[in-house]
Formats: sequence, structure tokens, C-alpha cells
Amino acid sequence: MYAQLVETGVKRIKDLSEMSDQERAFQEKIDSEIKIEAKNWMPDAYRQTLIRQISQHAHSEIVGMLPEGNWVTRAPSLKRKLQLMAKIQDEAGHGLYLYSAMETLGADRDEEIAKLHNGKAKYSSIFNYPTLNWADMGAVGWLVDGAAIVNQVVLQRTSYGPYSRAMVRICKEESFHQRQGYEILLTMMRHGNQAQKDMVQDAINRLWWPSLMMFGPSDEHSPNSAQSMAWKIKRQSNDELRQRFIDQTIPQLELLGCTCPDPDLKWNADTGHYNFGEIQWSEFYEVLKGNGPCNQERVATRRKAIEDGAWVREAAVTHARKKQNKNAA
Amino acid sequence: MNNQTDLIEYLLRLGDSALIQGQRLCQWCGKAPALEEELALMNVGLDLVGQARNWLDYAAELLDDGRDADHLAFRRDERAYRNLLLVEQPNGDYAVTILKQFLYDAWHLQVLSGLSQSSDERIAGIAAKAVKEVTYHLRRSSEWVERLGDGTEESHKRMLAAIPEVWRFTVELTSADDSEQRLCDAGITPDAAQVAAAWQAKVSEIFASATLPAPAAPSYFYLNARRGLHTEHLGILLAEMQFLPRAYPDATW
Repeated sequence: MYAQLVETGVKRIKDLSEMSDQERAFQEKIDSEIKIEAKNWMPDAYRQTLIRQISQHAHSEIVGMLPEGNWVTRAPSLKRKLQLMAKIQDEAGHGLYLYSAMETLGADRDEEIAKLHNGKAKYSSIFNYPTLNWADMGAVGWLVDGAAIVNQVVLQRTSYGPYSRAMVRICKEESFHQRQGYEILLTMMRHGNQAQKDMVQDAINRLWWPSLMMFGPSDEHSPNSAQSMAWKIKRQSNDELRQRFIDQTIPQLELLGCTCPDPDLKWNADTGHYNFGEIQWSEFYEVLKGNGPCNQERVATRRKAIEDGAWVREAAVTHARKKQNKNAA
Repeated sequence: MNNQTDLIEYLLRLGDSALIQGQRLCQWCGKAPALEEELALMNVGLDLVGQARNWLDYAAELLDDGRDADHLAFRRDERAYRNLLLVEQPNGDYAVTILKQFLYDAWHLQVLSGLSQSSDERIAGIAAKAVKEVTYHLRRSSEWVERLGDGTEESHKRMLAAIPEVWRFTVELTSADDSEQRLCDAGITPDAAQVAAAWQAKVSEIFASATLPAPAAPSYFYLNARRGLHTEHLGILLAEMQFLPRAYPDATW
């Protein structure tokens, strides 16, 4: 999930009898699956929660370009370079869709980006992990985009119309990236030498747990989920989505001929699901707090890009004004 | 020398230039001045690497020595690379990046337009597709030269500073060697003098509207990428780009 921990600011969910007429009409609309649109009335907390969630999602797309940008200059064939460039381009596009969706709520893109740069806004914890070998490009596509898709497929039904429509468009492209990522790994496992196979297993070992963390805290430690679910911003719980991801991913892992870095992973015939080991929640919270392996570098790179580019953006604005004046004269 | 040898050389020049320009654009990933520019830089780079693959595929077929496009891209040393000196120059600030892109695009579009009329059908086909892409590249880079040249005081100053950094390398865009002349005589490639004139006209037009002074014609330059005599920048660029295929020469990716 690209927005793992979103504050709703709501301590307790109101039932219908406690709501004002406006609130009740809103909630009834939600309950009957009518999409909320930009001009509709909405509770302020709903608006603020969505701004936080969509901006986190957008920031994740943009920061998520960096771990891949790390390998785009070193992709090992022209085909792989082209695929990676196309993917990075799509991610920039996804960021733009999402910032636009967010702006329908009255938020300002530049202000939200400034929050990212001063550490006030979050992005997905996964992008704070380094990409250390080429197989990481496959594993990011397969596991990271795979986890994002499990989440985003559900978000296509999210209650806010502009967000929901952005998800429909984004999911189509993400599925393509995921298959490409898997194909990178499959090629290395089936046609690669031992060094390449080792790279694949190494990438999986490093990215498996961080991918599971993308779904956010477990349900019992997810105080904001109940309100998000009542508003149908979220449609399924963190643990449900995480379980679905594991169930669908393990057969793919087996097809690769790789192992899962979880000694407790075991098929449970009674439940029809995989049991899995305990996630390192202390690591998760440290990464979210900014103490992950690449947090500082990622934010610094983005901040520098925007600071170094200030003169370029000013020039564009000034030039546009000059042209406008000329046309008016 | 026969046409075949000349043609292979020429295809390498086209392919290598597109590839190296694409590689330089990759280095901007995540560092561009605006999100729209992230998208545009990767978009242009993607077009160029795609074109490079088409040219190198064709070169590999003509070479017929077991090497494919990837082999040509990832296993040739700098002395065998044939890209324009202009495109291997470091990205510098956005003014340098934009100016390099514009000077290359303006030349590239003329070359490709000519090549789309080539007597070699394969070349004509690849060029016809590439013309559409490069028309977009040139529109974009021209607009940015104007924005930066005729923007703020600072952006104007930076464009002025960028010109001497890259202009001297344009001498390669406005000349032809014997090998290229033979291809032109055979109706395969456009006339270099015409390309140079059209390029110069475009540069003058855009520089004027960008309030930038027209530089004097570039003069003789010792280095010559047509013979693999590059600046010191290319070796490092290739070390990065070629690392994996060099480290694992038997690997399939």
C-alpha cells in the first residue's frame, strides 16, 4: 500500500443518530455506494483524511522513481533499459494524476510537496530500502508493484470519485509493470548463471518483509482504519489485504524456484491461507519515523531537485507572463 | 571502403548518438526541476534509446559477425563508439541540458527528415517513425531555450554560460567526412551541407527569439567522434552503462 498510516483525526465513529442532517445524508450516500464528487458536501475530517492519503500515495509514486533511477543507467540490455524508462515515466504520470485528484479537494500541490520535503508528510516505507543489484528491479516490479496492486484494485471502489478513477487508470499500467518485473526474475532464474540466481534470491530476501509492511500496521494497531472503512475510503483491512498478497504471491515464488525468507511460512489447509511469521514492527515504525536505510537520501534528493530547479520554474513563469503581455499589447 | 562499410559506420553514428543522449537523460531521473519535466525527460530518452536499438539492430545485421544490438551497445569501448561529442557532455545545470538537447534535436530532425527519403528502405522506415518523435523533441527543447533565454535575468545568464560549454562541439554537426559523402552520393543519406544550413537557420531563429546572441561558426576541433576520439566524459559514462554485461559476459537478462 502506498499510504500506510493515514490519520483520520477521528477518535470514535458516530452512528447515524448522532450525526447532523448533512453528515447523515453524506453517510447514507456512502452506504449506498454513491461516489462523492469534488463539489459535494463532505465532513472536514473526510476531506483531510483523503488529502493525506492521496498526497501520500502521490509522494510514493515520485519518491518511488529513485530506487529505480538508481539502476536505469545500468540496465543490462537495451530492452531492459527501455522497460525501466517506460516504467519510471508511468510513475511520474501516476504522481501527476494523484496530485490532480488531491487538488480537487482544495489542497495545493506545492504545499503538500513542501510537507514531504520538510518531513511532515509520509510516503511508502518501501522506498526507503536501497536497490543493491539488478534483480531488485525485477523484485520491485513483482513484489512492490504487486503489493500496490492488491491495494489499488480495492481502491478502485473507494468512495471519493476522483481518487477511484485515478486508481482505475493507474492499475492498468501497474499490472503491466508487475508482469515485467516478474519476467525479469524468471529470465534470471531460468536462463541465468549462478551469480544471477543468487541475485534474485538476495533481492527477495531483502524485499520480502518490507513488501509485507506496505499494507500498514496489523488491524489491532490500526486505529484510523475503522473510520476510513466507515467512509469507504478503505474497503478492506490491512491484514486482509496482506493475507491476499501472500496467498497469491507464494505460488509465484515457487514457480521461480526461490525460497521465502520466513521460516514460519506454512500452508494452512484448514483456513485455506498461508500462515506466516511475525513482521518486525519495530523496524516498520523506525522506517516510518525516518530512520530507515535511505530515508535521508530520498528526501534530500527530492528536496534538492526542487530547490535546484527553482530558477527553471521561475524562468518558465516569467517567460509565460512576458508572452501573455506581448499578446495582449 | 565500400557502401556497406560506410553504411555500418553511419548506423553506429546515429545509434550511438541516440543511445548516449538517452543515457544522459536517464541521469536526470528523480532530479528534474518539475514533475512534468521528469515525465518529459524520460519520454524523450525512451524514444531515443528505442531509435538507438533500431539503428544498432540494423548495423548488427549488416556486420553479420554474431554480435547483436546489445553487444554493440554494451561491449564496445569508447574508441569504438561513434556518438557525437555533443551528446556525451555532462548534463550540467538545466540550461546546459536544454541547450545540448536543442542543438542535437535541431540537427537530428534534419538528418531524419532526409533519411526518411533514403534509397535504403530499411533506413527510410526507421527514420520515418523517428521523425515523429524528434519533431516533438525539438518543439519541446526549442520552447525551453526560449523560456530560459527570455525568462529571468538568472536564466538568461545561465543560458549565456551554457553556450561556450557546448557550442564548440557542434562543429561535428555541420561537416561530413568522405564516408558520409559517399553515402550521400549513393542517395542513402541527406546532403550534409543542406542539413548544416537548415540546422543553422533553426538555431538562429530560436536563439533570436530567446534573446540569445548567435555564436560564431564553430571552428576546427582536434577531437573527432567519427574516428572514436572522444572527450574524457565518455569512458566514465560507458563504465557505468556497461558494467553488468561486462561483469557477467555469459549472462542472459
